[in-house]
Amino acid sequence: MAVVIIVLGIAGLVLSALVRIARRTGISPIPFYLVAGLVVGTIGPFELSEGTIELGSNIGVVLLLFMLGLEYTSDEFGTGLKRGIPAGAMDLVLNFTPGLVIGLLLGWDPVAAILLGGITYISSSGIIAKLLADLDRLGNRETPTILSILVIEDLAMAVYLPLIAALLVGGTVLSTVGSLAIAVGAAVAALVIALRFGGAISRAIDDRSDEAVLLATGGLILAVAGFAEELGVSAAVGAFLVGVALSGEVAERARILLSPLRDLFAAIFFVFFGLGIDVASLPGVLAVAIVLAVITAVTKMATGWWAASRAGVGPQGRARTAATLVARGEFSIIIAGIGVAAGSESDLGPMAAAYVLILALAGPILARSYGWIVPIGTRLGGVRLTRGRSGDEPSEPVV
Amino acid sequence: MSDVTETPLPGVGVRMDFTTRGNERIGLIAHRTGHRDLLIYDREDPDQCGRVVRLEEDDVRTLADLLGVSHVAEELTHLQSIQGLAIDWVPVDGTSACAGRTLRDMGVNRSLGASVVAVIRGEETIQSPPEEFVLVDGDTAVAVGTNEGVRKLFDLLQAR
Repeated sequence: MAVVIIVLGIAGLVLSALVRIARRTGISPIPFYLVAGLVVGTIGPFELSEGTIELGSNIGVVLLLFMLGLEYTSDEFGTGLKRGIPAGAMDLVLNFTPGLVIGLLLGWDPVAAILLGGITYISSSGIIAKLLADLDRLGNRETPTILSILVIEDLAMAVYLPLIAALLVGGTVLSTVGSLAIAVGAAVAALVIALRFGGAISRAIDDRSDEAVLLATGGLILAVAGFAEELGVSAAVGAFLVGVALSGEVAERARILLSPLRDLFAAIFFVFFGLGIDVASLPGVLAVAIVLAVITAVTKMATGWWAASRAGVGPQGRARTAATLVARGEFSIIIAGIGVAAGSESDLGPMAAAYVLILALAGPILARSYGWIVPIGTRLGGVRLTRGRSGDEPSEPVV
Repeated sequence: MSDVTETPLPGVGVRMDFTTRGNERIGLIAHRTGHRDLLIYDREDPDQCGRVVRLEEDDVRTLADLLGVSHVAEELTHLQSIQGLAIDWVPVDGTSACAGRTLRDMGVNRSLGASVVAVIRGEETIQSPPEEFVLVDGDTAVAVGTNEGVRKLFDLLQAR
C-alpha cells in the first residue's frame, strides 16, 4: 500500500511539471498526459491493480463529461441551435465522413467506424477555449462563429454518445433498437429538461452552503450516471446529460466547485488511457493516423473558413477560424475510451491516441501561424463568395 | 449615445462593442466568471483585437469612476434591480402639462400603482410631497412603483 501511495505521489509531481511545460509552451496538457501514460505503460516500473486503474479513469471520465456538459447554459444551447445549424451541419458532414470512411476501408466493423467518425468530427472545446483566451482573441469578430460551432458539437455529442453506447452493447437487432430508443429518448429528455426546466432543477439544488451544492451535484451526477449504466447507456453519457440539464446559478457554482476535481481526474483519465495502449501497436496505425489527421485538418479548416465567411468575417478572421478549429482532444479520447472499454476494434485506442497527439499539438501551432491560409482560402473559396455574397468581400477587387 | 452591439459568447459571457466618434472600435467582454476584458480593435484588421486589457471587479469600478459614472448611479441600478420595483426620474419643464399644477390635479393617486416619493428642486429635495404640492418648471419628480405604474405616471407628468 505504501509503495502505491509513493508512486502516485511521484506521478502527481511529474505530471505537474509536465503541465507547467505545457502552459509555458502554450500547448494543451492532454498530449503530455497521453505520452506520460504511454511511457509509464512501456517501462512499467510498477504494477497497479486493474481495479484501481479502472475506478480512477471511470470517475475521471464521468466528471470530465459532466463538466463538458456544463460548459454551456441552456440559453446558449438555444441560440446556438438557432444560429449555428448550417455551419454545424457542414461541420458534421465534412469531418465525420473521413473517419467513418477510413474506418470502413480498414475493414473495421461499422460500429468502430462510427466511433472513428466521432473522433475525427469533434473539435476540442477545451483546447480551443484556452487558445482563444491565451491569444487574446475572445473579442474578435470570428469568435462567436467558432464558439457556436463548438456549442453545436456539444449538442451533437448529447445525441451521439448515447447512440454509440447503445450500438456498442449490440445483441440482437431487436435489443439494439430497444437500447437505441432508450438512448435517444434519454438524450432528448435531457435537452428538453435543460431548455424547459433547467431553472427549476437549479433552484432545487441551490443553497447557500458550498458543501450542500457540492454534495447535491455530486450525488445527482453519480445517481444518474449509475442509472444510465444500468440502462446500458454508459455512466459517462449520463453524467454528460446531467451537465447539459443543469443551468443558471447552480451550474456556475458547480463549475467552480468541481473544476479542481475535474482537473485531477481528467489527468488520471488521460494518463490511464495512455497506459492502456500497447506502444508496439502504434507504428502499425501511425501512417493511417497521419493521413486521417491531414485530411480532417483540411476538412475542419474548410468548415471554419466557410462558417466565418457566412458570418461576414474578413479573410484574416476566416483563416483564424479555420486554423483554430483543427485541434482535437478530450472528446475524441473519451469516444475512443468508451469504445475500448466496450471491447471494440483493437486498433481503435492506438489510432485515437496517435490522431489526438498529432492534432492536439498541430492545432495550437496552426492557430498561431494562420497567415498562409489566407491566399489559399481566398483562391479556393473566392469564386463562390464573389458570386454569392460579394458585399462581404472587403478590399478584394472584383474584376 | 453610440450604438452598442451585443453578442453572446457561449461558454464565455457577452461581448459589447461600439465605434467611437473618432472611428475606433472598442468593446468589452463581460465574462461569466465576473471579470471584464476591455477590447481595443486593430485598425488594420477590424475583426481582430489589437489590445485586450483584463479588468478585475475593482478595476472596473475604478475605471468607471474615472470615466465619470458615479457610485450613486451604481447604487440606483441596484435599487432598480429589486424584483417588481421600478424607479424613474421625470423632468418637468415649462411645456409639460403638469407645470404649475398640483399632483392631485394631475390624477396622481394610489390607483396608479406608483407614487411620487420626492421632488428635486434645484439643490433641495422635497420628501414625500403632499397631494396639493405644485410642480414647477425645472423640477424633477422621482417616481417609484410597479413597472406599469411608473410608466403611467411618467406619461401623465410628461403630457404636453
